[in-house]
Amino acid sequence: MARMKFLCDAERCIECNGCVTACKQEHEIPWGVNRRRVVTINDGVPGERSISVACMHCSDAPCMAVCPVDCFYKTEEGIVLHDKDLCIGCGYCFYACPFGAPQFPQAGAFGVRGKMDKCTFCSGGPEKDMSDAEFKKYGRNRLAEGKLPACAEMCSTKALLAGDGDVLADIYRERVVTRGKGGEVWGWATAYARPDTQKPGAGPAPAAPPAPAPAPGGKT
Amino acid sequence: MIRTLMMVAGAAVLLTACGERPQVIQYKQGSYQGKPDTPAYSNAPFDGDKAAWEKTLATRNQNQNEYKRIR
Repeated sequence: MARMKFLCDAERCIECNGCVTACKQEHEIPWGVNRRRVVTINDGVPGERSISVACMHCSDAPCMAVCPVDCFYKTEEGIVLHDKDLCIGCGYCFYACPFGAPQFPQAGAFGVRGKMDKCTFCSGGPEKDMSDAEFKKYGRNRLAEGKLPACAEMCSTKALLAGDGDVLADIYRERVVTRGKGGEVWGWATAYARPDTQKPGAGPAPAAPPAPAPAPGGKT
Repeated sequence: MIRTLMMVAGAAVLLTACGERPQVIQYKQGSYQGKPDTPAYSNAPFDGDKAAWEKTLATRNQNQNEYKRIR
């Protein structure tokens, strides 16, 4: 299996926040913490676009690099997870993350930060799979049940896709060819590009499927 | 004397950037300090059968493709 990825189709997202609700409900996320959120660009202006944003489980994750206690690890499927027993809630990962994914619950008076919480790709954390401890710290482990992340599986328009990156790219390519527009995959160049292509002056990443010419009959 | 001082100061200005180091931190593999985690397929219902787990996920993955689902 290739690596797990998220893909958000901005042409399809209708800002229903179903993914946010599914995530909150699935993992019983506390008030004030949003592992996933929907961002709308040019809200109210014709041509506005919405994107569902969470941890993208980057290929070369900056959060892993900056963590002073090295509490991040990556599974063999490429999912970036962390050990909450080790996290000190310093917030370095929040500053490093290009997607604003790390969340910090308020842990006491005066806005004291708790341990970092983020999307786990519904795959729990370093506790016994499907145990109470894992659920309390990291949420439900759907991957161990043979399921994909709740946000993507609940998405009514299938704007948000999750799973094997190669399969997602194939699904998206077919979609783009059919409708004849919207070939840009938001966030993929940042999250999944090779490090050598991310240097200043380097060209765009080849991760996203290219935008095809408008198909006959497709709207432009 | 003044000329020497000016040369030293000039050299210091010209060579300032030579001491700069890249500020992009790279993750060093294997530096994880936390508890070990088991693969997702190691427990029931898959009990270590990676192929069965991958097949299940691949099926669900294709369920996201409505072009395949409705044909």
